[in-house]
Amino acid sequence: MSGEIAILGVGMHPWGKWGRNFVEYGVAAAREALADAGVPWRDVGFVSGGATMRCGYPGYVAGATFAQALGWQGAEVNTSYAACASGSQALAAARAKILSGQADVALVVGADTTPKGFLAPAKGERPDDPDWLRFRIGITNPTYFALYARRRMEAYGDTPEDFARVKVKNAEHGFTNPRARYRKKFTMEDVAASAMVADPLRLMDVCATSDGGAALIVSSLDYAKRIGKGDAPRIAAISTVTPTFASAIIEMPDLATDSAVAVPAKSFRAALPAKAYEEAGIGPEDIDVAEVYDLSTALELDWIEDLRLCGRGEAAGLLRDGATRIGGRIPVNPSGGLACFGEAVPAQALAQVCELAWQLRGQSGDRQVEGAKVGITANQGLFGHGSSVIVKR
Amino acid sequence: MAPVVDGLFAMGDDGLALLGSRCTACGTYYFPKLETFCRNPDCASEGFESVRLSRTGKLWSFTDACYTPPAPYVAADPFVPYAIAAVELEREQMIVLGQVVDGVGVKDLRAGMEMELVPGTLLDSGEAGEKATWKWRPVAGGAR
Ligand SMILES: [Zn+2]
Repeated sequence: MSGEIAILGVGMHPWGKWGRNFVEYGVAAAREALADAGVPWRDVGFVSGGATMRCGYPGYVAGATFAQALGWQGAEVNTSYAACASGSQALAAARAKILSGQADVALVVGADTTPKGFLAPAKGERPDDPDWLRFRIGITNPTYFALYARRRMEAYGDTPEDFARVKVKNAEHGFTNPRARYRKKFTMEDVAASAMVADPLRLMDVCATSDGGAALIVSSLDYAKRIGKGDAPRIAAISTVTPTFASAIIEMPDLATDSAVAVPAKSFRAALPAKAYEEAGIGPEDIDVAEVYDLSTALELDWIEDLRLCGRGEAAGLLRDGATRIGGRIPVNPSGGLACFGEAVPAQALAQVCELAWQLRGQSGDRQVEGAKVGITANQGLFGHGSSVIVKR
Repeated sequence: MAPVVDGLFAMGDDGLALLGSRCTACGTYYFPKLETFCRNPDCASEGFESVRLSRTGKLWSFTDACYTPPAPYVAADPFVPYAIAAVELEREQMIVLGQVVDGVGVKDLRAGMEMELVPGTLLDSGEAGEKATWKWRPVAGGAR
């Protein structure tokens, strides 16, 4: 298909709480991706950065910040901010530049340094700010994840043990991933013994924030062929659609959903992969491996259904049968997912694509999904941002 | 007692209700009130009327908050867990969140239960020590 670009190289700085400047992580990831691609830095014509809002002005202009750190060489730069989908938006900008013929090779990079402790709203009395308002009445981020999780229990009969199974599976997947932050084979008992945060979710059901950096070198298919990488994995679709009114699910930081009086309620999460499938001209039956945004364990089950890898309410059954494990019918989060990484916002959507590239190249070692040819990512953040990327080989 | 935030709810003859708005062109409801531009993509209306939202609805989902939220929440010391409910309003076709009355937690709740709004209080750092809010309560003998 003419809308495709090649992934020549990928790189990631390990996730953790390193407490260093975010630029270090981004540059480390970019250098690894450049070396992996075998592309000289001076050949990169476009640098597309995912912004971070937590690291001052250099974070707002992340594309330029990384380009300068790698050594200004006259490339054009771009910075994208789209909450958790920032990395995918940066990737979409690079794809547009390449497909329009304005650049042959692009570096896409995102990195973050996160503060210690829980995220809290800005100080002061600000009743007009929905984020302030919901914290004032005691509604935290885990509240929303818990409402989704409890809904699964009530509607489909999922259990807290099912949610713990997601954690145990992802912990096994990520155990040997050198870039993962948490590498321990947690058990059902470990999860059950962790503190209850927002019933039914315990501390080990909810993902942490992390430092980390991820980068991709992408190019036109012509360029890839010229350097002997015509068989590199390709980006077949990037979906970054907004929700469609009326959004059916209560979303952070709102106190209410849209009202569906005038137009029917629609699922935002389901819309993201739907557009990606359409763009790639494939369907869920073609998917070999998926990386999904498990901000909570239960949310991984929602994503599996939103990706239409099974019917509504069937994801826990898939999990219990072992279908979503490596070696199963449709492995989900072979990287270990956010359960093993924690979330480094502007890098996370790119990390998902890095994992798919390694999987499709057969370079994932102990966590390799045998014969993987097509992979999909899914991710969602605040304020109508989300993404789904399809990679194939 | 002063409300935790002005204009979100009010007492009436039938009890406490949340205060929302309704687009005068397409009928879409909003909570909190929206009075600028209707968000329905097929509606360009800028006309809204204030409405009292339905006082009752069906429980969609719920959770117990088990650790102390950050400020601006003012927590009891030691922390007392509380439940949060997401309730579907039939007429408005929307889901609204709120704390659940004291003493009712996940063990007492089931999706589909009939819930009603009642006055409640939140701790406050001001002189009065408390402010008024809305809370959800299962309707006595309410059917699932
Ligand atoms: Zn309208």
